[in-house]
Amino acid sequence: MSATVVKQKPKTGLNIRKIRADFPILNRKIHGKPLIYLDNAATSQKPNQVIDSIVDYYKNYNANVHRGVHTLSEEATEAYEASRKKVADFINAGDSRQVVFVKNATEAINLVAYSWGRTNIKKGDEILLTDMEHHSNLVPWQRLVNELGAKLKFIPIDERGQLQMSKDKLQKLVTSKTKLVAFTHVSNVLGTINPVKRIVSDIRNLNPDAKILIDGSQAVPHMTVSIQSINPDFYVFTGHKMLGPTGVGVLYAKKELLEKMDPFLSGGEMILEVEKEKSSWNYIPWKFEAGTPNIAGVIGLGAAIDYLSGIGMKNVREHEKELTIYALEELARVNNLVTYGPEDAERRGGVVSFNIVNEKGKVAIHPHDLASILDSEGVATRSGHHCAQPLMKVLDIPAAARISFYIYNTKEEIDILITAIEKAKKIFRL
Amino acid sequence: MIEDLLYREELLEVFQNPKNRGKIANPDLEAKLLNPLCGDVVTLQIKLNGGKVVQKAVFSGNGCAISQASASLLAENIEGKNLEQIRKLKSNDILALVGINPTPARMKCALLSLDVLMEAIKQNGSKS
Repeated sequence: MSATVVKQKPKTGLNIRKIRADFPILNRKIHGKPLIYLDNAATSQKPNQVIDSIVDYYKNYNANVHRGVHTLSEEATEAYEASRKKVADFINAGDSRQVVFVKNATEAINLVAYSWGRTNIKKGDEILLTDMEHHSNLVPWQRLVNELGAKLKFIPIDERGQLQMSKDKLQKLVTSKTKLVAFTHVSNVLGTINPVKRIVSDIRNLNPDAKILIDGSQAVPHMTVSIQSINPDFYVFTGHKMLGPTGVGVLYAKKELLEKMDPFLSGGEMILEVEKEKSSWNYIPWKFEAGTPNIAGVIGLGAAIDYLSGIGMKNVREHEKELTIYALEELARVNNLVTYGPEDAERRGGVVSFNIVNEKGKVAIHPHDLASILDSEGVATRSGHHCAQPLMKVLDIPAAARISFYIYNTKEEIDILITAIEKAKKIFRL
Repeated sequence: MIEDLLYREELLEVFQNPKNRGKIANPDLEAKLLNPLCGDVVTLQIKLNGGKVVQKAVFSGNGCAISQASASLLAENIEGKNLEQIRKLKSNDILALVGINPTPARMKCALLSLDVLMEAIKQNGSKS
């Protein structure tokens, strides 16, 4: 039984009390108070079903994959490859050979920058990013363009954190030199859900040769994502934000691209034939999975997908939307509090960043101070620049506090958050 | 309670009305550091007397209450001290000055000003 009482029944009809009972960590007390975990955009908590799947692998069929012909190895390989199929189906990717397991979304982007970027981007070429990217979708491209003498360009955002991409604005940014456009599906700071399908088709109309990479780290855990409908060239996300374990992420890439791309890491597993002087590469996707992979992590991710599919991604999205609407309403009642990102919950995921400001609009309680005080009430939030320092500059703030929801959060928890924010204001004499 | 430790009255007073916040023209020593965790930024400027004694020390920047109050208290504390004494300052001296015992995650906030100070006085050898 989790400590927080669920009074209001959510509109989705989901039994949140039952869901909460699957997450053992929700029984924890923090400084004597029930844990209220509102840092899901950083990482999600894990249900028993995921934890048990990992334990089960290590206890009952631990073996290396794709190697032995013994029973354990066959069982481990079967479970590992079954997870690949689950991932492909979950994001409607079609052929599961287009799903490469990596360590996290950051590694997936680095893989593309290294294996695809170094071969296909030349001096003078352009990579188009946005002003709302996480450092993981910025720094690898900075390194690449600096190395190759290429150039970065950025799609700006408006004051409510939405990409400014009317047709004529985009026309100026997407040129014949644009080789890649890389952008986030959902902003980890603003919560903005970008209209990815429309963006992809607009880019292709302007430059059919430009490749498109989407960072789905904040999207796949929280809403239905269909790769075949969005039609990107690359799509990346991570397992630990979607109830899965840390250390496992996914790169989706179109088959014809993966086949042409050079390997990223090399060694065992990724080879077909090795001679003393040269080697040939394994078939996709294994060409990109050098060395013993994170077998337990991949199996755990499969269990997380089973869990989420059981709830239904439409319900996950609806539940979070309901919480976001409630949170935006309640936060709006707090004096001296400003929120960032779109006002319309239809256009934002379950992420709300905010600050307590003074009458001049300057940050009055630094988000780290706020987070420390919230923590003393058992409320876990994120504070800081959220790995998006250029975005903080655009918003003209040093940092922000952030709350982010998942299926186990409740409106009652938001009420406790609001009380804790008022307490922080009192401590800071505001 | 943690917040009582972290946000004791005197510290908040220093944060909200810092004595040594500001900038000076032509400082003898200057350094700026940032804490990538918080985005805290502290710049420290020092005017020396006879090349050895701190005549005036001021800080500027932005960040959490702990980092900014700590910078103000440290700047105030080193005025009148000679560089040899300042070189010997340790983490515990700063924590005693600030009067708190922060959680591991917040320790960097409290000690950022000491790092900036050490960075600033490093320049002394190269300048003179």
